[in-house]
Amino acid sequence: MPIVIEKLTYTYQSGSVNAFTAIMDVSLTIHDGEFVGLIGHTGSGKSTLIQQLNGLMQPTSGKVLVDGFDMSDKKQRAKGRALVGMVFQYPDYQLFDETVYKDISFGPKNMKLAPDEIDRRVREAMRLVGLDFDEFAEKSPFELSGGEKRRTALAGIIAMYPKYLVLDEPMAGLDPAGRRAVLAMIDDFRKQLGCAVVMVSHSMDDIARSADKVIVLRDGAIFASGTPAEIFSRSDELYEMGLEPPFAARMASELKRHGFRLPGGIYTNEALADALAAYKGGDLNV
Amino acid sequence: MFKDITLGQYFPVDSVAHRLDPRTKLVLLILYIVAVFIVKDIWVFGFIIAFMLFMTAMSKVPLNYVLKAIKPMKLLLPLMFLLNLFMIKSGHILFSWKFITVTTGGLRQALFIVLRLIALVTGASLLTLTTTPVSLTEGLERLLSPLKAVKFPVHELAMMMTIALRFIPTLLEEADKIMKAQLARGADLESGNIFKKAKAMIPILIPLFVNSFRRAEELALAMESRCYHGGEGRTRLKVLKFHMRDLWAVLIFAALIAVVVILQNTFPIDRYAADLILGLLGKKQ
Ligand SMILES: Nc1ncnc2c1ncn2[C@@H]1O[C@H](COP(=O)(O)OP(=O)(O)O)[C@@H](O)[C@H]1O
Ligand SMILES: [Mg+2]
Repeated sequence: MPIVIEKLTYTYQSGSVNAFTAIMDVSLTIHDGEFVGLIGHTGSGKSTLIQQLNGLMQPTSGKVLVDGFDMSDKKQRAKGRALVGMVFQYPDYQLFDETVYKDISFGPKNMKLAPDEIDRRVREAMRLVGLDFDEFAEKSPFELSGGEKRRTALAGIIAMYPKYLVLDEPMAGLDPAGRRAVLAMIDDFRKQLGCAVVMVSHSMDDIARSADKVIVLRDGAIFASGTPAEIFSRSDELYEMGLEPPFAARMASELKRHGFRLPGGIYTNEALADALAAYKGGDLNV
Repeated sequence: MFKDITLGQYFPVDSVAHRLDPRTKLVLLILYIVAVFIVKDIWVFGFIIAFMLFMTAMSKVPLNYVLKAIKPMKLLLPLMFLLNLFMIKSGHILFSWKFITVTTGGLRQALFIVLRLIALVTGASLLTLTTTPVSLTEGLERLLSPLKAVKFPVHELAMMMTIALRFIPTLLEEADKIMKAQLARGADLESGNIFKKAKAMIPILIPLFVNSFRRAEELALAMESRCYHGGEGRTRLKVLKFHMRDLWAVLIFAALIAVVVILQNTFPIDRYAADLILGLLGKKQ
């Protein structure tokens, strides 16, 4: 069963002079096992939208159904929330326990799992995020580097085996190697756990690589939604919105402007390279 | 959860009240508090309330915004009222049933406590609503500066207050974010007895403290790297200056006190009110 969002509107400080509608009439569906990329300029409402997915905020109007559980209903919300794992942008808001091991087991413990099941899951989560058990299990989460903290925070959610994994800009502030590692990790446990992933990111290059579906938010409303090929073929529009389309998509669009006859739907470096290789032997200056 | 707190909030509009010198406004608050405390007659309190409404109108802050300050006291006020109503026994008996006795003195006292608290809180919130934290602390620093002669750390105190006021919203926002992060991990903050609830707060308090300490350290570094070394020899970009309106405001508030004193000594209606109520209830003294 999917997550269904129907005509969702959310207003901050509703009814006061500072009322601000951050999400306006958004409808979308997230299917089982799907990888959804959510992009939009800063302040477009990405964080607000994904916090509705596990009921941390409730819609001002409209509905959020997680596998049929209505997230506006207090009793159903608890059941729905158990299915959605949420990783926030800053690990500093989450880490609190004495050791990495204890911190990761916080979620599973709240799920009232058996101790040996908790142990198994913590070990597996640490392996999946690439934290060496012997080295990190007994370390304090506060003496870790930024990247290690992020891995620990991620492991804390993965250990809960969510059916839907929601990540708010998981790669912000990481170097290219760190970004690739996190992305590989997400792909990894998507395969292992079979979970759906909703990832918020500024970098479309990251999303282009793995997403099945891309949703573009603009000022709290859905600007475009579709397959990466569909979305990134509109790279000029995205660029004007202040977003950075994938490098390959922009390059392809630029080359076409110069008269290259390239096929549509190029948004990865590989596809661009293939298309250019097809010109080999042919005349490049059409 | 933390959205009700309006303490120290500034309401940005342009009005006479906003343009007054912060030192003046602090003095006005003191005069106002004096007025609130010397009132002896309930009916004269009506005059204080009218004055409060007048000040609100002058400040251009919506009345419901000023009244919001009372919201955190929604438990305290009824409690104070009832305690005073039943505990104080003076004057005439209005009502008596088993061990419960209500006297005219108790009713008076109960009304006074509630009205005074409301008047004080709304007055103080009007000050913060019309004064930015920065100018408020600057006003305080300048008002207290004579104390520097006795080595009282006036500047340091003002700086600490500025920083504290500046970080209250940040801290509340952060508490909210941390709470969400832990709720998402299945933290249960609501069920259980008080000990269980206190224990459930640990995952929220620890990140909050750790982040606050880190931020304090970063702030100290940022201040030092810009050569902050306390108040000595420090000058101001904007020097506070009194205007005619400051004089007028002080005169108006002084007049308030004078009027209160004159009214309650000339027309002590309150003293006869007890007789009046008793008469209406058809009871003898
Ligand atoms: N607590 C809040 N109160 C009022 N407005 C808010 C609050 N949080 C966010 N907003 C506003 O809602 C809009 C969307 O914010 P957010 O969802 O964080 O955007 P994004 O994650 O896409 O950068 C922004 O304009 C922001 O200013
Ligand atoms: Mg965000």
